[in-house]
Amino acid sequence: MEHTGDHPKFLAHHFSEASQQQESAKLGMWIFLVTEVLLFSGLFVFYAIFRAWHPDMFINAHVHLNVYLGTLNTFVLITSSLTVALAIRGLQLKKNKQAIWLLIMTLIFAAIFLVVKYFEYSHKFHLGQLPGKFYSFDGIVGTNPHVFFSVYFLLTGLHGVHVIAGMIVIGYVLLRTIKGHFSAEYYTPVENAGLYWHLVDLVWIFLFPLLYLIG
Amino acid sequence: MENHHHITPLKTYLGVAVGLFILTVVTVAVSFLDFGPFNLVVALLIAAIKGSLVALFFMHLLYDNKLFGAIFSISIAFVAIFIILTMFDTMGRDMVVEGKSKPINEKAVIYSKQDSSAAADTTQSNH
Amino acid sequence: MAKDQLNAQKNYLNEQKGIKSWLFTLDHKRIGIMYLFAIMFFFFIGGVMALFIRLELIRPEEIVVGADTYNQLFTLHGAIMIFLFIVPGIPAIMGNFFLPLMIGAKDVAFPRLNLASWYVYILGSVFAIYSIMNGSVDTGWTFYTPYSSDTGGAVISMTLGIFILGFSSIFTGINFIVTIHKLRAPGMTWFKLPLFAWGTYATAIIQVLATPVLGITLLLLIFERVMGIGIFDPAMGGDPVLYQHFFWFYSHPAVYIMILPAMGIISEVISVFSNKKIFGYKPIAFSSLGIALVSFLVWGHHMFTSGQSELAAMIFSFLTFLVGIPSGIKMFNWMATIYKGSVSFDTPMLYALSFLFLFGIGGFTGIMLGALSVDVHLHDTYFVVAHFHYVMMGGTVMGFLAGLHYWWPKMWGRMYSEYWAKLTVAVIFIGFNMTFFTQFIMGTKGMPRRYHSYVDQFQPLHAFSSVGSFIIGMGFFIMAAYLLHAMFRGKPVGKNPWGALTLEWITSSPPHHHNFERTPLVTDGPYDYDRIMVENDKWIYKDQPVEKPDESQEKVEH
Repeated sequence: MEHTGDHPKFLAHHFSEASQQQESAKLGMWIFLVTEVLLFSGLFVFYAIFRAWHPDMFINAHVHLNVYLGTLNTFVLITSSLTVALAIRGLQLKKNKQAIWLLIMTLIFAAIFLVVKYFEYSHKFHLGQLPGKFYSFDGIVGTNPHVFFSVYFLLTGLHGVHVIAGMIVIGYVLLRTIKGHFSAEYYTPVENAGLYWHLVDLVWIFLFPLLYLIG
Repeated sequence: MENHHHITPLKTYLGVAVGLFILTVVTVAVSFLDFGPFNLVVALLIAAIKGSLVALFFMHLLYDNKLFGAIFSISIAFVAIFIILTMFDTMGRDMVVEGKSKPINEKAVIYSKQDSSAAADTTQSNH
Repeated sequence: MAKDQLNAQKNYLNEQKGIKSWLFTLDHKRIGIMYLFAIMFFFFIGGVMALFIRLELIRPEEIVVGADTYNQLFTLHGAIMIFLFIVPGIPAIMGNFFLPLMIGAKDVAFPRLNLASWYVYILGSVFAIYSIMNGSVDTGWTFYTPYSSDTGGAVISMTLGIFILGFSSIFTGINFIVTIHKLRAPGMTWFKLPLFAWGTYATAIIQVLATPVLGITLLLLIFERVMGIGIFDPAMGGDPVLYQHFFWFYSHPAVYIMILPAMGIISEVISVFSNKKIFGYKPIAFSSLGIALVSFLVWGHHMFTSGQSELAAMIFSFLTFLVGIPSGIKMFNWMATIYKGSVSFDTPMLYALSFLFLFGIGGFTGIMLGALSVDVHLHDTYFVVAHFHYVMMGGTVMGFLAGLHYWWPKMWGRMYSEYWAKLTVAVIFIGFNMTFFTQFIMGTKGMPRRYHSYVDQFQPLHAFSSVGSFIIGMGFFIMAAYLLHAMFRGKPVGKNPWGALTLEWITSSPPHHHNFERTPLVTDGPYDYDRIMVENDKWIYKDQPVEKPDESQEKVEH
């Protein structure tokens, strides 16, 4: 085979040049993001149809969500998106140290997001504002208020799972960055992890107004 | 090997982040006003702007291969198809033949398994 | 890894030995073979279940299984055949093996993801088997609520299994899209792609767009069962029809996941065995994409009688007719390809012709069912059962068998017995029509599907149909025998036994580990039979007397 001397270490045997491999990886990542969008779409359809059926109940129920904590989490996620974007920029500019710190900051922001989420969840558990048949809260006027909390917990829960998955991915590329696997020539895994993280941010950008602001 | 990557200036990143912060404040502030049915429209419009900022700048769609942008748009389009075509059903019941559907009969055998007070309302299929 | 000199004897089968070299292989060919055996295993199980169903239906009273077991049998027959055989079937076996070869690539874009998809498939099938052992499922393969959110049985493990299988499908889809976009050999432009590649490309798009929705649907079903979230279960304020929307948003496009790659194979086979340039290359290629798009707009035609709004039913009925257009384009182009070709009736071609005939019937009855007023009467009768078996078995399985026989010599380097193969085509074709054409008749007479028993007047027809199914079963056993025999004892073949022009035929049979000795440089179209003929593995250009080159003389990139 044409395994010639100038074949860089990161280049898999079935690609002929680095740019081909990089483009392939990114294309694959984007297609994966498409599957993520469509995974969430089911829950958005759930939301849309039940909100259209019971608009009053949704409005009455959504005031029980804490707008301030939601806003705080929006800021946290946007900031983490910024730090991961800057980390990639750091790698492009050969500032690996800076990249490492920015990735660590991203992880910290992600953790803050989860902590805030934890407080929100535990408050709702306490009040019995739970999905489906576990719902025991009294005081929301409207049809089937448990459905609102089903939507809320499913959407934020699935999003939360993605936050955790994103943290694992970012932790993985952080480790590899520390080990010096990446350079200005090759940083595709970090870029893909970044894309994934931005999608998590993007989903939240839509979740937040739909659940917290207009219900 | 033409391996040139576009490097976004720091200013752009910071500017986009500030823009996102401001829009977040705006959407929260606006939510305290009542536009009636336009609440949803306003909130989604602002979210769409924020989402485009993230996609175009943070995710580099503006500079990257146009194919990626196309792929991403396709996913949004199919979500729209999913919602709209389903709503032709859920919002259109009784539209052509009026008053045909009846409330679900709670005493029917298949529905009588649980005693949930929350499920008391049976009018939902009657819109 | 670096094998500088591949001697002619070395191929992907004997390059490395031992079970480990298979289980940890990253070679797309070996993964394709692993899929072949896994998928054939489930095809066998699903087939045996079908035979039990037909055996039970010979007479109205109970013969071998009771009504409850019967319900489980048709559920599992459907679920296994669809999720474990026909959806992964052609893409995972032949797509994996031949797509990279056909476009001149050394492998798929993400070999590790490819191997992962096989393990995920196995994991999902383990869940499916577990649910068969533990209480089983009797909801029908569609898992309609509220029954599925209420009933006992292993609905959760079955749906979880299918959820996991979805990942396998998505991995394959991602791999194929990226492979076709990025790994085409130099000179292989989009319009020099073999039509099988176009078929798998369109399939992959559907896999990527639709499968996640199945995932979330099944998750919601599981949550509905566990927590009563109130989306599908009317007792909790949900809407069962909404489940059907969710389910068919995936499962209708999934029908095209099943048929599009088969159509790709048919395009290959018909052109090769008519020894004629395919008629209407671009229309066939674009109609694949057209089918992929339209497939997402028609799911409501499964729900005409389920209580969706009349408005939606009318819209979906109208949109359903659109699917007929790209399918029709393909049919006419295939027929025009055969027209005035020098047709040789080898086994793959016989299967392809069966496809044209049976898929034609399946497609036409599909249009009948798509018409709102007709469907109201035929819904949930044997007419529907016959229709989708004509499409799925008469279409996809015939395409699958055409591909299997077309590429079997390339996979193993050995030829099967043409005599037994042709005999089997006849057996399966006759058995198939006996089984399912009868069901069209029963359906129009009002025989409802999924019933354990029936009124006496249907007995002769049911018995006839059952006999047909046993004939099909017999055909598949003969096929298994001669194909397995060919694997080990078959007559060795050269590079290009059929005289085909696509790239997988310029490499040795079986191909070596890295597919090609050198990356091929593509200058000719995949179906240029008007300019080129192949004799004794040599490409001969008709317009110039110069001999072209098989691989050894090919131009080399780099």
